[in-house]
Amino acid sequence: MTRKLPPVDVVLVGFGWTGAILAQELTQDGLQVLAIERGAWRDTPSHFPTTVAQDELRWYWRKEMFQSTARETLTFRNSRGETALPMRRWGSFLPGEGVGGGGVHWNGQTWRFLPSDFVAASHNAGRYGPLGPEMTVQDYGVTYDELEPHYDRFEKLCGIGGRAGNLNGEIRAGGNPFEGPRSAEYPNPPMHMTFAQHRFEAATGELGLKPFPGPSANMSQPYVNPLGCQLAPCTYCGFCEKYGCGNYSKASAQTTILPVLMRKPNFSVKTHNEVLQVKLDSTGRRATGVIHVDQNGEEYEQPADLVILCAYQLSNTRLMMLSGIGEIYDPATGDGLVGKNYCYQVMSGADVFFDDKYTNEFVGAGALGMCVDDYNGDNFDHSGLGFIGGGYIACWTTHSRPIERQRTPEGTPTWGSAWKKAVAENFLKSTNVGAHGASMAHAGNHLDLDPTYTDVYGRPLMRMTFDFTANDRAMSVFLTERVREIAERMGGREIRLNPREGPYDSMPYQTTHNTGGTIMGTNPSNSVVNRYLQSWDVPNLFVMGAGVFPQNAGYNPTGTVAALAYWSADAIRARYLRNPGPLVQA
Amino acid sequence: MAALLGSAPVIVPSALSKTLSGSIPWIAGTSPAPRGFGGQRFFTAAERRCVDALVARLIPADELGPGAREAGVVDFIDDQLAGPFGRGERWYMMGPFADGLETQGYQSEQPPAGLYRAALAELDAHCRAHFQDRLFADLSEAEQDAILGRIEGEDLEFAGVSASAFFALLQETTIEGFFCDPVHGGNRDMIGWRLVGFPGARYDYRDYLNHNGAAISIEPVGLSGRAAWNVD
Repeated sequence: MTRKLPPVDVVLVGFGWTGAILAQELTQDGLQVLAIERGAWRDTPSHFPTTVAQDELRWYWRKEMFQSTARETLTFRNSRGETALPMRRWGSFLPGEGVGGGGVHWNGQTWRFLPSDFVAASHNAGRYGPLGPEMTVQDYGVTYDELEPHYDRFEKLCGIGGRAGNLNGEIRAGGNPFEGPRSAEYPNPPMHMTFAQHRFEAATGELGLKPFPGPSANMSQPYVNPLGCQLAPCTYCGFCEKYGCGNYSKASAQTTILPVLMRKPNFSVKTHNEVLQVKLDSTGRRATGVIHVDQNGEEYEQPADLVILCAYQLSNTRLMMLSGIGEIYDPATGDGLVGKNYCYQVMSGADVFFDDKYTNEFVGAGALGMCVDDYNGDNFDHSGLGFIGGGYIACWTTHSRPIERQRTPEGTPTWGSAWKKAVAENFLKSTNVGAHGASMAHAGNHLDLDPTYTDVYGRPLMRMTFDFTANDRAMSVFLTERVREIAERMGGREIRLNPREGPYDSMPYQTTHNTGGTIMGTNPSNSVVNRYLQSWDVPNLFVMGAGVFPQNAGYNPTGTVAALAYWSADAIRARYLRNPGPLVQA
Repeated sequence: MAALLGSAPVIVPSALSKTLSGSIPWIAGTSPAPRGFGGQRFFTAAERRCVDALVARLIPADELGPGAREAGVVDFIDDQLAGPFGRGERWYMMGPFADGLETQGYQSEQPPAGLYRAALAELDAHCRAHFQDRLFADLSEAEQDAILGRIEGEDLEFAGVSASAFFALLQETTIEGFFCDPVHGGNRDMIGWRLVGFPGARYDYRDYLNHNGAAISIEPVGLSGRAAWNVD
């Protein structure tokens, strides 16, 4: 009983950051654009104003900010020999749901990848010799120079605060000297640093490293973006990541695009409608639209000339699988590409405890931090180290929300009076130095469909098979030692190292930086989408998001996700609309 | 197009399938209130007494000041277990169920309320059997601590329910009840926040950015203000 609706030019599946960017771009050409979002309409004054936003229990611990696992989750196992079981609630990562997607609850740490990150396979093999056969690392098929104008565009849309370290090839003091050349300075100055950042800056400077302010989508001053949207100065309330910003101070679809986009007559968004499938014609080479279902369980067929997947990486990958587009990757044979090269992020760190100094980390913001990039990517010589890649090291002061944050020194019991005393003594007098490590693709880490568990519609859940690889572990040991050197110089009484040890655990929160599964590349034998994020198999289907990363770099992904979305939108507007068909000949 | 979900337990305006176009939808006064503290009860009197004893050992009243018992953590947990959290309404609770590996997280067939009930019965049964028919709440603090230590160390198993899953849930909900906004029924008189010096649900610290390592002394405030602001 599927009801067929009048056709539109473009249907967007999911309405977060990439959906809003694509809609804003494609509506400029007069196209009729429809976004279909499975969650609710959400906006600052009506859903997370300042009297509502700062509720730790509700938004994070009761997960009201995120996709409901009751309807759909994924199953997880560390390796193929194990039986995957459902993640019954979110833990290690937190997929968003509703208008704005994960961009409502992100921290706002807005990075560019290094030029060498886009050619990780050829660059590292060229410098250090062949990578191990199990390492399925490959080049992106797009270069930093090609993406540069699109990074710049997103930074101006968001009002990113920072300091350029490489302006048109000229290295500038106080910025990140390792970054690729940027065509313009950041649109806003850096955030206002606090005590912990001053100590990190001094310690890294003494070690001969090059500290710089973390690039921030929390506003360092009032800002009006190129679309005319106004953002307010950040008040450092310490409720960014996992929360909506009540103060119009964090760049999101809501604060930077929707006030303009929602007024366009050729755009509409359907909320609480879930796309079940991309519908193909009888050749399997053309998408005719999507099937979606509303909250009553009524099914609709929405015809469209162009279908663009704009949901989270996990959802885009699963929708490809459920729609029968491409072949699902099988690690036993190496055949198939959908679900291949699932990667994550390798996090470690050290807590620093002070005796007589207050870090007061309740005065914080999602992207308030000082960083060093000396140990990221190929910014240092890896000869003899036994790994490729790296990560940035930072002292972020994001919050001190007390249900989440009880730092205690080594050897403290986990309950009782001794625990209580340690929490009370250290709550206001501690900080953290963290390493944000890359995650390199491995033949054994992948996504496919679970044989047992289903979602609320009876469709198979996606199954994740993932563990940290030998490369990840060697890299993390190296980075964690660098963290130790910095943390020990920050003038504290003691530090507590949090190394990345043991198997990947799906429960403790690490980061919502899931990548791969719909990877981009140079030809149909190594990738799901081409360099313009266009499906090789179905040329009127494009796939946005970090799913296209062949492997993950040592940075937060949103800047690159957005730059790729603008890059793809440009190709659609300049070339595809004039001559619909493959933008790269296979 | 838009239609009400007749069988849904809660109807909120945003929970409707609808199409939006032409303007930002705006309805004044629709910001969703937190569930808040309803004072609902799940525990029997015996269960309540047992949980009261448990949380008082996890975060005791001592020379540093009041603990979980005084902060109303039992009321908080009771209310939470009687509500959607206790029923696991936002958790994936479809089977089949298996024990799972540590890296796979919560795999109990029981949602939190059921896990609490089954484990509390086992805990008191263990105490009756090994402590001359006394219940957990009747034991000395030293005896209680020894049992908690054994559960945490996976040295004490329960029948039909995972003792370590219960300990993790007990610890998680106790910390939630001690540090949550008072609007949820725990952290009474902001006992938890005062202990550590967390100023609560404030949203502007710009005046304190140059603290440079000095203490900042400000009274905590909750989502609904604080007692001193309210006129009796």
